[in-house]
Amino acid sequence: MSKIVAKTGNEAMAEAMRQINPDVVAAYPITPATEIVMIFAKYVADGLVSTEFVAVESEHSAMSACVGASAAGVRVMTGTSSQGLCLMYEILPIAAALRLPIVMCDVNRAISGPINIHCDHSDTMAARDFGWLQIFSENSQEAYDSLIQAIRIAEDPRVHLPTMVTTDGFIISHCLDKIEILEDKDVTEFVGQDRKANNRLLDLKNPTSVGLLDLQDYYFEHRVPVAQAMKDSKKVILEVADEFAKKFGRKYGLIEEYKLADAEVAIVALGSTCGTAKVVIDELRAKGVKAGMLKIRVFRPFPAEEIVKALGKVKALAVLDRSDTWSAQGGQVFTEIRSAFYEAAQKPKMTNFIYGLGGREIDLPQLHTVFAALKNIDKQPVVQYLGVRE
Amino acid sequence: MSEKPGWKSLPEGDVVKAGTAAEFKTGDWRSERPVWFPERCIQCLFCWISCPDSSIIVKDQKMTGIDYDHCKGCGICAKECPVKPQKALEMKPERGEETCQK
Repeated sequence: MSKIVAKTGNEAMAEAMRQINPDVVAAYPITPATEIVMIFAKYVADGLVSTEFVAVESEHSAMSACVGASAAGVRVMTGTSSQGLCLMYEILPIAAALRLPIVMCDVNRAISGPINIHCDHSDTMAARDFGWLQIFSENSQEAYDSLIQAIRIAEDPRVHLPTMVTTDGFIISHCLDKIEILEDKDVTEFVGQDRKANNRLLDLKNPTSVGLLDLQDYYFEHRVPVAQAMKDSKKVILEVADEFAKKFGRKYGLIEEYKLADAEVAIVALGSTCGTAKVVIDELRAKGVKAGMLKIRVFRPFPAEEIVKALGKVKALAVLDRSDTWSAQGGQVFTEIRSAFYEAAQKPKMTNFIYGLGGREIDLPQLHTVFAALKNIDKQPVVQYLGVRE
Repeated sequence: MSEKPGWKSLPEGDVVKAGTAAEFKTGDWRSERPVWFPERCIQCLFCWISCPDSSIIVKDQKMTGIDYDHCKGCGICAKECPVKPQKALEMKPERGEETCQK
């Protein structure tokens, strides 16, 4: 029997890691992700898992150790955030190019400077082009469920790409939430125990080399398969989600549509903000406003076709970005959605709200402001900063 | 020119057979090369033990020559060669007169 418990996002992720029981975890502490690996390290010390825990001196080393262990063919996990993720950037694309199914718990946090420890999506969005799958969570339950699914997705031979499952710093990572924890044996069975899926277990009789020099004549051919695997991963993500739904009852997709079917005004958001937005949409619906939301759960691969299909009939759209590309063209989510709509016959008018940087709270009145702006979509600038003092 | 395989037929993730470094000739960007003078050589093998690229060819425990396919021209062998007054290994410009004659 599964059980309902109160857990923070970090505790939920650590619990999923205990049930997954990876072969190797290499990690370095960083707020607000510290607890995940701290709790997990206790599980290791208490003998609750058989994991080899590699305590390293930096995140650069953590990801390097993960790459080495994964290349040897074992199941590998790690956790980090913000500056820690930044320190891993050098190794992240190597993990993707080597097609290593490493799974990371990533707690979204602003990047310095100024120094800040609170939530925004700058760290994770800056890692969007490294060939990692990226799954965002609205709450602890989603983080727990997605982490378990991520093992299956990453290790699928059609994918073989590293995957990060993210929560929002403090808002999810440190807040108690009611979540349903599955039985250990169900998780064990769901993730599977066949490490040969990686197909590269150390074999002394057939030694291989990985991570070699690849110049003008082969580098290109070794990068393009990452694009293909990313494309193929959409199907796998949905298959794994379906199996999860059949077994455990909770259904996930690449995106989630909230009251979008007849919506005239809508927003796009990721992560914990979606929970707040649902309340605002319900309030607007009660007043007769046809409001809706598209939540992006999977940002990599980018579900462009699904988004265009879901938002085609909306008249005015606000895309909410909790990070900026600093290109003066809007945030990462906005630029990709605008690009996705280029060929579409039917498209909403759009504006981009960049909000919540450095943990700046996004509350109900602010989201009402966003929907109010959609009434005058023609007068909105392409990009605006929500709730910043001028 | 032989046809190189496309990405669809390459092994996944840049994983290849191990121990193939010797098949890849890496000595083509040398600017200086060590030239060996066998008549001066005392067979101490200092060059062999110092070479960072396994480019001193030794047969039956004797230095017999230099593997120019892999030597990068770092000059350590010439620096370490203890023979006096003239060393048994001397660095010469890659396109210099002496090396071109060989």
